[in-house]
Amino acid sequence: MILQVEAATTAIGQRNPVAIGFFFAFISITLGITYWAARRTKTTEQFYAAGRSVTAGQNGWALAGDYMSAASFLGIAGLVSTTGFDGLIYSTGWLVGWPVVLFLIAEPLRNMGRYTFADVVALHREQKPIRVASAIGTLSTVTFYLIAQMVGAGGLIKLMFGLSYETAVIIVGSVMILYVLLGGMIATTWVQIVKAVLLMSGAFLLAIMVLMKFGMSPTALFAAAAAKYGSSVLAPGKLVANPLDALSLGMALMFGTAGLPHILMRFFTVPDAKAARKSVFYATGLIGGFYLLTFILGFGAMVLVGPDAIRAVDKGGNMAAPLLAEVLGGTPFLGFIAAVAFATSLAVVAGLTLSGAAALSHDLWVNVFRGGHAGADEQLRIARGATVVLGVVAIALGITFKGQNVAFMVSLAFAIAASGNFPALCLGVFWRRATTMGLLASMVVGTLTTLVLIYLSPTIQIDILQHETAWFPLKNPALVTIPLSFAVGMVVSLLTARRGAAEIASFEDRERQMLWGDKRA
Amino acid sequence: MSEPLRALARTRWRVAISLTTVMVVVYFGFILLIAYDKQLMGTLVAPGLSLGILLGAVVIGASWVLTYAYIWWANRTYDPELERLRHEAGR
Repeated sequence: MILQVEAATTAIGQRNPVAIGFFFAFISITLGITYWAARRTKTTEQFYAAGRSVTAGQNGWALAGDYMSAASFLGIAGLVSTTGFDGLIYSTGWLVGWPVVLFLIAEPLRNMGRYTFADVVALHREQKPIRVASAIGTLSTVTFYLIAQMVGAGGLIKLMFGLSYETAVIIVGSVMILYVLLGGMIATTWVQIVKAVLLMSGAFLLAIMVLMKFGMSPTALFAAAAAKYGSSVLAPGKLVANPLDALSLGMALMFGTAGLPHILMRFFTVPDAKAARKSVFYATGLIGGFYLLTFILGFGAMVLVGPDAIRAVDKGGNMAAPLLAEVLGGTPFLGFIAAVAFATSLAVVAGLTLSGAAALSHDLWVNVFRGGHAGADEQLRIARGATVVLGVVAIALGITFKGQNVAFMVSLAFAIAASGNFPALCLGVFWRRATTMGLLASMVVGTLTTLVLIYLSPTIQIDILQHETAWFPLKNPALVTIPLSFAVGMVVSLLTARRGAAEIASFEDRERQMLWGDKRA
Repeated sequence: MSEPLRALARTRWRVAISLTTVMVVVYFGFILLIAYDKQLMGTLVAPGLSLGILLGAVVIGASWVLTYAYIWWANRTYDPELERLRHEAGR
């Protein structure tokens, strides 16, 4: 017999003692880790880069933890459970950026930079213009991603713990500030690892419990979904109506991963380029496995819970995985999954805040306002101050943007990362003729056109502002803005070749450092 | 910068850009199939398994294979050559 939950019978939205118990266990463990990490966080190298002591395996898990947000766990499971196949477009899109990070970004970044990707773009070039532009790119990406995570977390916690939205946002923000402020990158790394292990084991357990009902066969599960809701659930549906929209979304997902500041920052925490390389290999394995699991969870929720029951609890379908856990393991398992989702938001927000704080303190304060001359104590003090500022801003943004479309904010963050950060990083590392002015133009044009075109897109003009038409036809601008950002970067570089002659001449030094690192052989 | 080191940098770039291109072709091939031939993607290749779901899993599998291919090349060819050049430069 197939179980079917009625919306009225779920414990979601009520205070769940198991969830609260697991949640406090997670908070106690991670704050314990933070206390331990705080005693090892005395220098900027420790604060930003965990003293370069993170192993490849640890960083692989931490990368996965930084990347797998509650949005992808709950969002994809929800999308699959209510629409079927279409969710797979996101599952694959969020993975295919990782090989690109490995081939093009990870090792050069580790060898050429210290704390932020701006170090790499600005290497042997004029510091101030590049640092200002990349700080704008970083802070825009981080802000939109933070809004998405805070709004998502607040909504989820409200549903799962019965707290008010504002209380939930303030709790997430305050605990996150404690992690980053006191424990810096060491605490943030371990929070990511603990969270990734919890998330992977929760999803794995849930998937096994689903498959046990179908003789351990995923295809039997898909067949049951097709038998119940029609074979169309196994075929593409409405998500991809327009091929250009699909391409554009795909480009943003693929190249955005390679421009996310909190992901890029993780490569500075390992001892060398080889470890950076290995860590992406582990992360790709973990994240791919996770997205395969979300497919079992999504179809499992479709068959065992039912799309109507899922939509009755949350219109966006975000409660599919927790509802599935409740059907399969009762209130205690629901509590566990709820606590995992909470931990997930907390960890991602911590990683984002640390990367934003690095842009504010290392790029803007130290390298722009102080011209690269700031004492060690001052650097650490500014980094911690920036953390508190960003944490408070994150809480304020979470409360201000209550009820906004979270998926839209995430796609915005990916589009800016893909068009503002990724092209400049690529040109700056690999192209001999890239000049300061070219890279500056690439970052500024990439970020600004993304923001403007998103404002003119159907998502804002038609869905939000209720206009009849939108000036720009695509929901995601990456198809236009990524090539534009590359083109502007190249044209301006060629036009300013005379001014940048010394920079072009230093290409071989950069290339040597890309291969060998900073160590003089 | 020595000629062998520059050659290694060029090889690294060629490997990186080739593998990136393969990934781009695989993923955008999948997306374009979804966009242009929904019916084909809905065809069942086995009971309960549509071509679309199968190809989605293939894209994830391809990401794994390509990252492994790069690691394999880097461990076998790139690292030893880099190490050799480092020793030579040190001499």
